[in-house]
Amino acid sequence: MERPNWAPGDIDLERPSVARVYDYWLGGAHNFAADRAVGQKTLEIMPELRGVVLNHRAFLRRAVRHLLGRGVRQFLDLGSGIPTVGNVHEIAQAADPEARIVYVDLDPVAVAHSLSLLGGNDHVSVLHADVRDPAGVLASDEVDKQLDFDEPVAVLMIALLHFVPDEEDPWAVVGGYRDRLAPGSFLAVSHAGYDETDVETDASVRARRIYDRSVTRMTFRNRAEFTRLFDGFTLVEPGVVRVPAWHPESPADVEESGERFPGFAALGRKAQR
Amino acid sequence: MSPAVLAGAEVFARSWATAVIGSSYVPMTRAEVAQHLQDLTERLVEALFATPFRTAPGHEIGSRLVDAHFTGTDTLGRTVQLLGDDLLVELGFPGDARLTSRLAALQGALAAGYARALRERTLAEQEAIRAAVLDARDQAESMLRASEARFRAMFTEAAIGIGIAAIDGRILDVNQALQDMLGFSVEEMRQYNVRDLMHPEDAGSVWRLYDQLIAGECDHYRAEKRFHRADGEQVWTHLTLSLVRDDHGEPQYQVAMIEDVTDRHLLQNRLRYQALHDPLTGLPNRALFLERLGRVFNNRAKHVRAGLCYLDLDGFKVINDSLGHDTGDQLLVEVGRRLDHSVSGEGKLVARMGGDEFVILVEGSSGEQDIVDVADRVLTELEAPIRIAGHELSVSASIGIVERQLSGTTSADMMRDADITLYWAKADGKARWALYDPERNAREVARFTLSATMPRALERGEFYVEYQPLVRLEDSTVTGVEALVRWQHPEFGRLAPDRFIELAEETGLIVPLGRWVLRKACEEARRWLEEFGDAAPFVSVNLAVRQSRDPELVRDVKRILDECALPPHHLQLELTESAIMGTADEPLEALRALCDMGVRIAIDDFGTGYSNLAYLKHLPVHELKIAGSFMEGLRAENEEDPVDAQIVATLVQLAHALSLGVTAEGVETPAQAARLLRLGCDTGQGWFFARPGPPENIDSLLRGDL
Ligand SMILES: C[S@@+](CC[C@H](N)C(=O)[O-])C[C@H]1O[C@@H](n2cnc3c(N)ncnc32)[C@H](O)[C@@H]1O
Repeated sequence: MERPNWAPGDIDLERPSVARVYDYWLGGAHNFAADRAVGQKTLEIMPELRGVVLNHRAFLRRAVRHLLGRGVRQFLDLGSGIPTVGNVHEIAQAADPEARIVYVDLDPVAVAHSLSLLGGNDHVSVLHADVRDPAGVLASDEVDKQLDFDEPVAVLMIALLHFVPDEEDPWAVVGGYRDRLAPGSFLAVSHAGYDETDVETDASVRARRIYDRSVTRMTFRNRAEFTRLFDGFTLVEPGVVRVPAWHPESPADVEESGERFPGFAALGRKAQR
Repeated sequence: MSPAVLAGAEVFARSWATAVIGSSYVPMTRAEVAQHLQDLTERLVEALFATPFRTAPGHEIGSRLVDAHFTGTDTLGRTVQLLGDDLLVELGFPGDARLTSRLAALQGALAAGYARALRERTLAEQEAIRAAVLDARDQAESMLRASEARFRAMFTEAAIGIGIAAIDGRILDVNQALQDMLGFSVEEMRQYNVRDLMHPEDAGSVWRLYDQLIAGECDHYRAEKRFHRADGEQVWTHLTLSLVRDDHGEPQYQVAMIEDVTDRHLLQNRLRYQALHDPLTGLPNRALFLERLGRVFNNRAKHVRAGLCYLDLDGFKVINDSLGHDTGDQLLVEVGRRLDHSVSGEGKLVARMGGDEFVILVEGSSGEQDIVDVADRVLTELEAPIRIAGHELSVSASIGIVERQLSGTTSADMMRDADITLYWAKADGKARWALYDPERNAREVARFTLSATMPRALERGEFYVEYQPLVRLEDSTVTGVEALVRWQHPEFGRLAPDRFIELAEETGLIVPLGRWVLRKACEEARRWLEEFGDAAPFVSVNLAVRQSRDPELVRDVKRILDECALPPHHLQLELTESAIMGTADEPLEALRALCDMGVRIAIDDFGTGYSNLAYLKHLPVHELKIAGSFMEGLRAENEEDPVDAQIVATLVQLAHALSLGVTAEGVETPAQAARLLRLGCDTGQGWFFARPGPPENIDSLLRGDL
């Protein structure tokens, strides 16, 4: 039997959590010894890992700004993690205080933290749910309260889907959300992965092994598998690229790492029917 | 600030940005970062040259770095180092002792400010995340409590009985519904082990599955199960037993959900009883009987036998019609009671099949005698008159008995055979039993087959006629021939009349068949007449009883004679004594008409039936044919049976006295022929002269070829 997700056993501070290790890498202190131990260990083995993580987070910022520029004012941030700095609602509401955001995460601590941070912000809701259940997420009160699906909504899946293995069919998960979206809505995804011709460094392999073992298993996907996530969407220029190469803010951001970066990003727009 | 200093500050800010970017996430673009650091650099430069010199801006810059989330572990180190190495150089004051010492002070202040801000930020974040953990735990626990409360309420309030037991069977808890259902309190139930709840009527599977569940081999099962209540009553239930495992998958508890279906069960039983019993007599009905019979056949072992009595009251319809249905019904009730009374016991079933038909099934009989005994008992039991509403009614019954080994037969066979046998008992005279006899059945089946195929046989020309000479004893002249019909049956081969004439009489086919034979014989007679003239024989054709009563007879005969252009005295019709004697007037008139027409009439098989001799005188008869059975005593060469001889002599005298001719049938030996001649008999017929044969044989005979 699967343990129900409200069971207190879920909150075990001795076990590293995806959200808190991520926070550690981003330079936050919303973490515990176990999280820091894994975060440090992997960074020692693979120092460039920090840049990788920062790039995903930076893609979030760029994508949200881009979407704001296209007039999108509703955001469904799936696997939102622990809000450190530069959260979606900060970016969006800086541009338009009326922007509406729903954060969704499976980690009860991340959710509790988000809730305490957002007290009083009426345009933001936080949902404790599993994103692999699109129907459940979309039927929730939180989503119902904030989002109007007759209008464009941006679904964000940043550094999330590599935690959904093939057998749980991430493509179908994405499809579950896509089908609910109005034409003109968007999907932004960043995802760990390599091109088939890339050679993964030894350090990366080792770091990954530690993460898989002590935090959670990751699934890297190649460009084709990644692109398939956008079935039913039209890719926004420049299409599927390495994460830093997606609408970089300065040429220096792309640099030499741009062509070897272990992850893809893209933004898709749901086609008009 | 001079432009040169400004320019230097800008260059420094750029290398500062390069040094610290990438060590933590800062929600700014690279340009924004550069701008931010330039602001800080300018602030620093201001402080460097300010009068009075203060270190506070150093603090402020340190804390602003942290605010912007420059929180990476090496951010401070790199910043302090870069300040010391590059700032004065970029600003154009390398080696300025005053500025160098001021810068050192500012570096210290920045480091202190940064450290304090970072410490505060870290503490705040740690505080926040701990608070989040507590919140999350509270949330989870309150959900758990709510959920526990819900489950508790569900357990207590559920209308279905729920019980929880340890794996060793100790009962741990039962809810109110289960206490009510079984009549025990929780405390009492806790004294029990699950195995104490075994009921003698439990299906074996219930406890087999239980063992599997306890062993962790299955996770749940459903069963129908009875329980004893505290008050000794029984409860029928639907039971669902589920296994609860611990985190490691080991069996931990068992949970039983028990639904009381006693009412439903009793209702079903009643409905089933009603559906399977005859409301009048209370006996099992046809449906139950057939079900039971089917079951007997289903679990048959090799040599198991069973028997059936199929019983039908004799003359029940008369009672019903004359005394009314009420009386009839009461009679049936009493008969049912007596049957039940005389046939009670294991493996025996009395059922009412409908109307006045009853059936008795005896399972595991050892032979026919067992069933015959039952039938005898039943017949005896029914002998005593039955008093109903002032009437003393005597009833009898006919019973068909079938008893056999079950393998190789079916329930349908058995029922059909019992039915047939009952019919035999009726046909054999009622108030008796008859035992199924496969040979009799085979005969009847054959008879049935024959009568069913006869009409087509006539159309297909399967019948033909043979002729046997009638010889004048005096001079051995062939005076007539008897036409004898035969059937060349495609399946049974050549059949003599005794096999099918009676059947034809029953079915009425005798009329067209007889007509066909008559025509055939007349045609042949006509041919002989043409060929042999005065020497031509008459044809003697048998007339069955039914034919003799056929109103069309005279017209048919006349038409055939006309059509064949045969003079009537070339035709003789043979009738049996009973056909002639026992008849009413009409056939006699027909005979008279035929006689008047000139047709000869003979009485066939004379002496075997009952003849009113006085009456004989008035009949339009020309010939008596003495039955072959009287010839027995005359057949031996040197000895004759005086009685037979006397009878034949008397018959001859009688005939002659009435001016009738006499033909002896069944003449098979020369001695017989000689004696008959001596006794004055006119004509002989039999193997001694010739066997029946095709008409050509008669031709040869007449031509004297033989
Ligand atoms: C690597 S973090 C990314 C956070 C944020 N999207 C960002 O880019 O900064 C992944 C987050 O996804 C959450 N997550 C993983 N699987 C999830 C699931 N099935 N349902 C909801 N959240 C999930 C984790 O708890 C974690 O907070």
